[in-house]
Amino acid sequence: MQALYAQLLVGLINGSFYALLSLGLAVIFGMLNIINFAHGALYMMGAFVAYFLLNNDYLSIGYWPALIVAPIVVGIFGMILERTMLQWLTGLDHLYGLLLTFGIALIVQGVFQNYFGSSGLPYAIPDQLKGGMNLGFMFLPVYRGWVVVFSLIVCIATWFLIEKTRLGAYLRAATENPTLVRAFGINVPRMITLTYGLGVGLAALAGVLSAPINQVRPLMGADLIIVVFAVVVIGGMGSIMGSIITGFALGVIEGLTKYFYPEASNTVVFVLMVLVLLVKPTGLTGRAA
Amino acid sequence: MNTRPIASFLLGTALALAATSGAMAQDKTIKVGVLTDNSGLYADLGGPGSTLAAQMAIEDSGLAAKGWKVDLISADHQNKPDIGTAIARQWIDVEKIDVFMDVLNSGVALAVNNVVREKNAILIDTGAATSDLTNAQCSPNTIHWVYDTYMLANSTGQALVKAGGDTWYFLTADYAFGHALERDTAAVVVKSGGKVIGSVKHPLNTADFSSFLLQAQASKAKIIGMANAGGDTTNTIKQAAEFGIVAGGQKLAGLLLFITDVHALGLKVAQGLNFTETFYWNLNDGTRAFSKRFSERMKNKAMPSMVQAGVYSGLIHYFKTLEALGGNPHDGAKVVAKMKEMPTDDPLFGQGTIRADGRKLHPAYLFEVKKPEESKGPWDYYKLIGTTAADQAFRPLSESACPLVKK
Repeated sequence: MQALYAQLLVGLINGSFYALLSLGLAVIFGMLNIINFAHGALYMMGAFVAYFLLNNDYLSIGYWPALIVAPIVVGIFGMILERTMLQWLTGLDHLYGLLLTFGIALIVQGVFQNYFGSSGLPYAIPDQLKGGMNLGFMFLPVYRGWVVVFSLIVCIATWFLIEKTRLGAYLRAATENPTLVRAFGINVPRMITLTYGLGVGLAALAGVLSAPINQVRPLMGADLIIVVFAVVVIGGMGSIMGSIITGFALGVIEGLTKYFYPEASNTVVFVLMVLVLLVKPTGLTGRAA
Repeated sequence: MNTRPIASFLLGTALALAATSGAMAQDKTIKVGVLTDNSGLYADLGGPGSTLAAQMAIEDSGLAAKGWKVDLISADHQNKPDIGTAIARQWIDVEKIDVFMDVLNSGVALAVNNVVREKNAILIDTGAATSDLTNAQCSPNTIHWVYDTYMLANSTGQALVKAGGDTWYFLTADYAFGHALERDTAAVVVKSGGKVIGSVKHPLNTADFSSFLLQAQASKAKIIGMANAGGDTTNTIKQAAEFGIVAGGQKLAGLLLFITDVHALGLKVAQGLNFTETFYWNLNDGTRAFSKRFSERMKNKAMPSMVQAGVYSGLIHYFKTLEALGGNPHDGAKVVAKMKEMPTDDPLFGQGTIRADGRKLHPAYLFEVKKPEESKGPWDYYKLIGTTAADQAFRPLSESACPLVKK
């Protein structure tokens, strides 16, 4: 029984990454109608930016500032992508955005792999979050606890921003009817660019969070993105709350699978996806288009 | 204009040439194929570095100056046996590849092993770990060059049990390699008086090991044996530190670690790990000279892994054998038989032999990773703490299930 509690908690930790990443995807899809396959590569870039901030010849910027700086840097990169490439796809079939972002992901990953190899680079846990506590049923590393709490806060803040604030209302209105919102004097293209930047920033933030746990590797995002897409599909494309809840829930389910039948742990998410698609094709919280 | 007379004249000349060239001199063309993981989790320990090692072997052999023509191609098998076999078939049928090098990943290696045997080409495997390549699955067309699961288990496993690590729990990569490594190590542990109290199998290329590590922690085994490789091993080690596994008194045993893994982990995390390799760049003058040249040509200035060193060493012996034969007969089994007759000698692995079952023999070295303060510079990572002689390091022929071994 004790072991089970431990697995539930570990699942929750992985779930935080799924939630953060699928949240970014949901924001981008919900607001821009782009299936952002470059998300994994941008997550990887977040981790690499954190690494460069710490390990360069000029000034060593540690983990805490990196939590803010890396998402901004990668977010700007994302906005440049949006301005120079993605915006031309507005109104076209989803497939074009998917192919373009998939291509971008391959190029970015290829470039990083060319320069840094495949085994990755080490990034240490910040001193303040080292060590762990004994919870009785398991040894919880402080850093992992931090990841759960912090990502939960970020998720809820994002949900609040989009669903409950005036800015969020503009944003949702702009997706619904861009022409009308423009008539009110709101710069819709700029808002879309900023939204893409926000989604990308969330991916980069997840990247920084994961840098001390996993190796900073060029393919770290490629391994994760497929699972995260499954999470988004299960949660319902474009649903903010849906993707947060599904992210955490699937982390837990995956964690339990790792305990009861480890061989299936990397397929369980997809089995669930198939089941959900069969029963409720719009996803658990999605509405029919 | 009527072109037919010209065409038939050309055809006639070509036929005549083909007929005479065979009779006049032996064919002096060689095609080398490096089949490896160029983009995935094993790309650093094989990958482009293996192709570079092959290139260096071709240059150092001096064959070009003696009138030989050596071609080199490489491909990415993506760690998928089906892709590996498809490339192997195409390489033999269309590209006329004579010898396959590297072929890391045991799953891919066992599959390619069959294709190579069926089509009478040559496989000099320097990357795969499974000892089955020279045991039940041995082939007259295959030489297993660098290391295998039996040797790793024998060296590392025995040393750790002797040092008091008598209860084991395995974290095993869920494919041919992990299974073989766990099986061989468990056998050594039990033989040396230890006990295996459990194991968990994880999918290849896993990012998060916390669930598996918790299970290993709960088992209270003294040694947690990592029967995995590459990125899987580095992630396991890194996360084990996080969960306080080593601090809690359990010891991690890296059953297969490469220098690229240690480099990726950093000495701070990797220090104190014990594991076995058959090559280290800083062993002697020969290995240092080669590694320096190699590193200068690598994009990230990496030192060669034992897999990459094996590609060089294996090709050098292959080229020597072809020279001794006076030409390339393009007959895999015949060349391999000759390779087994000739003793091997190169600056990287020293003097050695190849056994009837295709096992290349050389000493195995037990290393310990240095503490950060002991390291004198980049890539100065290992302390040599034990050597197993070539004739002791690998599975004895008396235990072999290989049909090529006459008993």
